[in-house]
Amino acid sequence: MFGYYLDLALHSFRRTPVLAGLMTLAIALGIGASITMLAVLHNLSGNPLPGRSDALFHPQVDPRPADLPGAKDEPPDDLSYLDAVNLYQLGVAPRRALMSSNWLPVRKDAQDSPLAMVTDRATTADFFAMFGVPFIYGSAWSAQDDASHAQVVVLSRAMNQQLFGGEDSVGRNLVIATKTFRVAGVVDDWNPQPRFYDLNDGAFGKAEQMYLPFFTWLDLPQDYGYGPMDCWGNDPNAGMHDPKAQQCTWAQFWVQLDTPAQVAGYRAALVQYSAQQHRLGRFQRPPNVRLAGLVDWLDYKRVIPVTVRMQTWIAFGVLLICMVNTVGLMVAKFLRKSGEIGVRRALGASRRMVFLQCLVEAGVVGVAGGLLGLPLAWLGLWMVRQQPVSFAASARFDPSMLGAALALAVLSALAAGVWPALRASRVAPALQVKSL
Amino acid sequence: MHFRHILSALGRHRIAVCLLVLEIAFSCAVVCNALFLIGARLDRMHRLTGVDEAHLVEVGVRSVAPGSPEAIMAQTRTDLAALGTIPDVASVSIINQTLFGDSFSGSGVGLSDAPNAPTITVTQYFGNAQLAGTLGLKLVDGRWFKPDEFVSDEQLEGGGATVPVIITRALAEHFFPGQSAAGKVIYAFGTNRVVGVVDRLVQPKDYGPAESYEYAMLFPVNLSYAQGAYLLRVKDASQRDAVIRTALQALKGDGPLRLVSPKNARTLEAARAKYYRNDRAMAWMLVGVCLLLLIVTAVGIGGLASFWVAQRRRQIGIRRAVGATRSDILRYFQTENFLIATLGIVLGMVLAYGLNLVLMLHYELGRLPGWYFPVGAVTLWIIGQLAVLGPALRASHVPPVVATRSV
Repeated sequence: MFGYYLDLALHSFRRTPVLAGLMTLAIALGIGASITMLAVLHNLSGNPLPGRSDALFHPQVDPRPADLPGAKDEPPDDLSYLDAVNLYQLGVAPRRALMSSNWLPVRKDAQDSPLAMVTDRATTADFFAMFGVPFIYGSAWSAQDDASHAQVVVLSRAMNQQLFGGEDSVGRNLVIATKTFRVAGVVDDWNPQPRFYDLNDGAFGKAEQMYLPFFTWLDLPQDYGYGPMDCWGNDPNAGMHDPKAQQCTWAQFWVQLDTPAQVAGYRAALVQYSAQQHRLGRFQRPPNVRLAGLVDWLDYKRVIPVTVRMQTWIAFGVLLICMVNTVGLMVAKFLRKSGEIGVRRALGASRRMVFLQCLVEAGVVGVAGGLLGLPLAWLGLWMVRQQPVSFAASARFDPSMLGAALALAVLSALAAGVWPALRASRVAPALQVKSL
Repeated sequence: MHFRHILSALGRHRIAVCLLVLEIAFSCAVVCNALFLIGARLDRMHRLTGVDEAHLVEVGVRSVAPGSPEAIMAQTRTDLAALGTIPDVASVSIINQTLFGDSFSGSGVGLSDAPNAPTITVTQYFGNAQLAGTLGLKLVDGRWFKPDEFVSDEQLEGGGATVPVIITRALAEHFFPGQSAAGKVIYAFGTNRVVGVVDRLVQPKDYGPAESYEYAMLFPVNLSYAQGAYLLRVKDASQRDAVIRTALQALKGDGPLRLVSPKNARTLEAARAKYYRNDRAMAWMLVGVCLLLLIVTAVGIGGLASFWVAQRRRQIGIRRAVGATRSDILRYFQTENFLIATLGIVLGMVLAYGLNLVLMLHYELGRLPGWYFPVGAVTLWIIGQLAVLGPALRASHVPPVVATRSV
C-alpha cells in the first residue's frame, strides 16, 4: 500500500508543481536555517576530549577576604601563585598540570634572525600525557626539568614549520625573551574546542604556538604579563608587577583522577588544605572548594556564546513560521484533490487510508525539503565561517547532521501535514462525486 | 468595498484564513524584534568616543631586552622627538591603553578611602602633556594638567603622591550629580583631586555595566614605550597609512633590539571596524533572517491566494458576467488580503511585544520602542499586497464566459 501511496504522491507532485515547489521551498528554508545553527551549537557544545574528559577535574579554592564587596559565593576560577604551587605539590592526584599563558618574543639562534611575538602556554610536564597531546618529534620535558627550571621548549607543528622548515628540530636552540631554550619536542596539531583548560581568553580560538615549563617561564622578564589576572584589595603593586602577590589569582590548574575514590580523596584533600590555610590565617573564609569535572566546568562557565543561543532560537522561529506556511499550502493542496479523494472514498477507501495517503504525500514533501535544505545548511555554515567570530572554525558540517537534517525535515513536514490530512479524510464522498 | 461579502466569503475558509493570520503574525513579531535588534547593534556601533578618530594612528613597540628604566625613558623621548618631525604629524603622545584595543586597565574608584567604601571600576588613561591634545579631547570644566604635575608610573601607583586627575562628564555626573566636579576629591591612587572635566572619553573596550562605558579618568603620567603605545595625530586623514610607514621606519632605524612591526600599528578607524565586527556580522545575520521570513510569508500568501483564485474561477466568472469589471475583481482580492494582513498584524503586535518581554528577560535588551510597530505593519501590508498581486491579476483575467460553462 505504501508504494501505491508513494506513486500517488509523486503523481500529485507532477500535477501541481508550483504548489508542491513552494511547500518544498518553505520546508527547505526552515531546515537550512535550523540545521545551520544546530550544527554550530552541536560543534560548540561538543566534548573537547572524548574518552579523557571523565577523568579531568578543575580544583578551586577560595583565598578571598571575608568581606570583599560584591563577591559571589563561587570561588575564583584560577589560583593564586601560592595556592597553585601548594596544590601542585600536594601529590594526591596521579597527574596534574599547572598553567598560564602569554606572548613572548622569539627568534632563532642567529643574531639577525627576525623577531616575532609568539603565543605560549607555560605548564608542567604532565600536561601532554594528561590531555593526550600527540608528539611528532621528541617528547615532553620531565618533572625533573620542571623542578630544575630547565630551559626547554615544545613547539607546535606550525611553529616548527615556520622556524625550522618542518624538520626534526629536537635539540636545536631558540631565543625566547633573551634566554636560550632547547627544543625538547614538537607536537602535532592539537586544539580541542572549547579550549576547556583556559577559558580566560574566550572558549574558542587557536592553540598556543609553543609550550614552556611553568617555573622556567616565571623566571623570564616580567614585561609580558602572566595572562589575565584577577586581583582584589588596593595594593597597586600586585598583578602585573608581582605574580606572586597573594591577592591575585591567575594560574589554571587541572588534575587527573581516574576512580571515584580518587575524586573523593582529592576533594577531601582540598577541604583539608583550605582548613589548614584557614587555621594559618591565610584564608579568611571557611573551606570553600570546588572540584568540577571537565563537562561540568564548561557548563558552569557557559562557554556557548549568547549570540549563538539567540541565533539558534531565531532559526527555530524561522522553521516554525515555515511550518505554519506549509500547513496553509497543504490545506490548499489537499482540498484541491477533494474530487479525487471523494472517488477513492466512494470506491471503498477508509478514512484512515485517505489520511495515510495524505501523510505519505506530506512525508515526500519533507524528504524533498530536507534534500534541498542540506545545500542551504551547507551555505549557511559557509556564511557563519565567513563571520569574524572566534568559533568560525567550528562551523563545519558534521556527517551526523545529514541524518538530523532529513529527520527534522520529514518530522516537520509530517507535523505540518497531520491536520490538513485529517481534514482531507473527512471529505464527504457523496458531495464530491455528485459535483464531478 | 463590499467588506461584508468578503468577510462572509472568508468565513467559509476559516481555517486557511487562521493559518494566514498566524503566519503573518509570527513574521510580524519576529521581524519587529529583529529590526529592533539590528537597531540596537547599529546604535552600539555608532557610539561616540570623544576623540578625533579620523586623524589618529597608533604604533606599538614591544621591548624584548629590557634595559634600565632611565635608558628606556631616554629612548622614549628620542622616539617622541623623531615621530614629531614626520611632516604630516600634528602631535605625538604615548598612551597606556588604546581605544578599541584588547586590554582594559582600570581601578576601583570611590568617594572615600575607607577600606570597605563602595567603589566602581573606572578605566584609567595615562599619558604625557600632549595626550589630551593628541586625542582631541574637549574640556568642559576646570583646567588641563600643569607641566609640573606630571609624574612617573611608580609615583602614581605608589599612591603616596596626590596626583591630580581629569575625569569625563559622565563620571562627574555619577559622583557629583548637579555640581561642578572641579576641585572635588576622588580616591583611585591614594587621594586624587579632580582638576578638569572632559566632555567625553570612553573605555578602551566594553567592561562592566553599560553606563560605565563613558566613565574614564586621565592621569598625568610620563610613560615609556614599554608601558604603552605611541599615538600620532595626523594633519590630513588621507596621509594616515603613509605616516604609519614613516613612523615604523623611524622607530626601526633607532634604539635597542625591540619589536617594531606593522602588526602593532593601525589607524583608529581600522581598530573601530575590527572592534565592532561581531556586531556588524550579527546585524547582517538578522537582516538575512528578516528577508528570509518575508520571502517565506510572501510565498505562503501567494500560494493560498492562487489556490483560492483557482477554486473561485466559476464565481469570478459569474461576477464578471453580471457586471463586475476587471478592476473590481482585482480589488476584491487585494482587499481580502488587506483584511487578513491587518488581522495578522494586530495579533503580530501582541506577539512582538511578548517576544520582546522574553528577550528582555534573558538577554540585555531594552523595551521595543513604539515606532517599530507601524514600521512592521507597513512592511507586512506591502509584502501581502505584492504577494497577492500575481494571483489577483490572474483572477481579473478570468473571462465572463466561464460562468456559462458547467464545471
